[in-house]
Amino acid sequence: MRRRLFAIGLALALGVAVLFLTLPVVAIFVDVGPARLLAGLDDPSARDALRLSLQCTAIALAVIVVVGTPAAYLLATREFRGKATVTTLIELPLVLPPAVAGIGLLAALGPKGLLGGAGPDLVLTTAGVVVALVFVSAPFHMRQAQAAFAAVDRSWMDASRTLGASEARTFARIAIPAAMPGLVAGMALAWGRALGEFGATLMFAGSFRGVTQTAPLAIYDRFATDFPGALALAAVLVAVSAALLAAVKLVSGPAGARAAP
Amino acid sequence: MPRFFAPFLLVVVLLVAAGCGGDEGSGSGSGSSGGGGDRPSLTVSAATSLKTAFTAYGEGFDAAEARFSFAGSDELAAQIQQGVKPDVFASANTKLPDALYADGLVDKPVVFAANRLVLAVPKDSAIAGLDDLTAKDVKLAIGSESVPIGAYTRQVLAKLPGDQSAQILARVRSNEPDVGGIVGKLTQGAADAGFVYVTDVEATQGELKAIDLPDDVQPQVAYGVAVVKGAKHPQQAQAFIDGLLGGAGRDELRKAGFEPPPGQ
Repeated sequence: MRRRLFAIGLALALGVAVLFLTLPVVAIFVDVGPARLLAGLDDPSARDALRLSLQCTAIALAVIVVVGTPAAYLLATREFRGKATVTTLIELPLVLPPAVAGIGLLAALGPKGLLGGAGPDLVLTTAGVVVALVFVSAPFHMRQAQAAFAAVDRSWMDASRTLGASEARTFARIAIPAAMPGLVAGMALAWGRALGEFGATLMFAGSFRGVTQTAPLAIYDRFATDFPGALALAAVLVAVSAALLAAVKLVSGPAGARAAP
Repeated sequence: MPRFFAPFLLVVVLLVAAGCGGDEGSGSGSGSSGGGGDRPSLTVSAATSLKTAFTAYGEGFDAAEARFSFAGSDELAAQIQQGVKPDVFASANTKLPDALYADGLVDKPVVFAANRLVLAVPKDSAIAGLDDLTAKDVKLAIGSESVPIGAYTRQVLAKLPGDQSAQILARVRSNEPDVGGIVGKLTQGAADAGFVYVTDVEATQGELKAIDLPDDVQPQVAYGVAVVKGAKHPQQAQAFIDGLLGGAGRDELRKAGFEPPPGQ
């Protein structure tokens, strides 16, 4: 009897979770309908926002991969004092509220910030959007990459070095291919987070059509005047994010099984 | 891993419990006792520019515990359109409450305050007037078109002679969702100038300075307020509005720099 109650409780919990987590997504599509959805995307400002979102997230992702991947490799393959602290510091943006990220970026890189005006002008520019996106989404890739490199069989890399391959060659030819599924999953997660970024972008880079108004900012901007239009943009983001998630599952699913034995 | 999540789970459970408890409390308060022991909580959706005045007014408001939701008036109106039911809606214009009234979503709105648009700049800025805004390296932050401050700003610019309006709009680097965003960009030095209400500048306590606009371009900024249809606490909502028209609310509005409604 007790056991059945427990089983019913579990099923109930799952039912509530699934319903609650899918309902808003379903509502976005049901509320607009395909015709109005397409009409909403016909708006040039919506296309500007989507184009800017794709550009900025692509650049941010490139920066994250180029810098974050070797950094994660170092963390995964070397032991040094304070490594745990460094890892935690890198992961901190994962749990920071976007508003904190935004105000932190202003305090660090804004005209009155720590590095006040030392570098190029970032606030209210497209470059500023990219900076905000890199800050909030890099840890998603780095964490995943670190785990993926750590899971690569050390004997492969040792063998590579024993056979005379340099460190760099071992990294490029052994570690990266072996860790690829994890790296791809990390990239997809980082990309998804970057696509959805709102608060840090608004605070640090502002909102200007074609320059800093990414799709989430355009959704907020349209909410007041054009709810169907806002829903249409939201639907596109749902579709792209779902595709990303599916890609992650596709890549990491069989690979995870392959890496296990 | 489980050790890691346990505290989070606890927090979630506590939050849910607290949320439910609060709801029941206010529900029973209005239903049975009619505001006997514990005070009902009054939800007020208000324009961001009202933050200083309303927060001070709410602290001394006896009829209910006022809870404020400050955002751009247009966002708040859109929420009401989508079925959100605060008790009171206070807007930085009369257009939005009038439109909600026409849709049958709020009671008849009243005008309770007026405000003035100014050009706001950081306190040590060299910008002295509208003519300085067309310089090439000036960065402007203004309200987006849908929020009242943005609509007023565009009204001001439309009245400027020649192509000055287009030249100034070309310097805009950000269309912010509410006055808070504009003020933040200015105090952080992210933008060099912006159009806000004079009360927003006063609220920064010297961080920003206000440059008056010529009288002939000054728009009429009137604030409308209404009880939302289906409000949980209509009596307290009306009391809140009464206080804005002639009571502690009016005093706080004057203190914050708001002007009496037009015609008073």
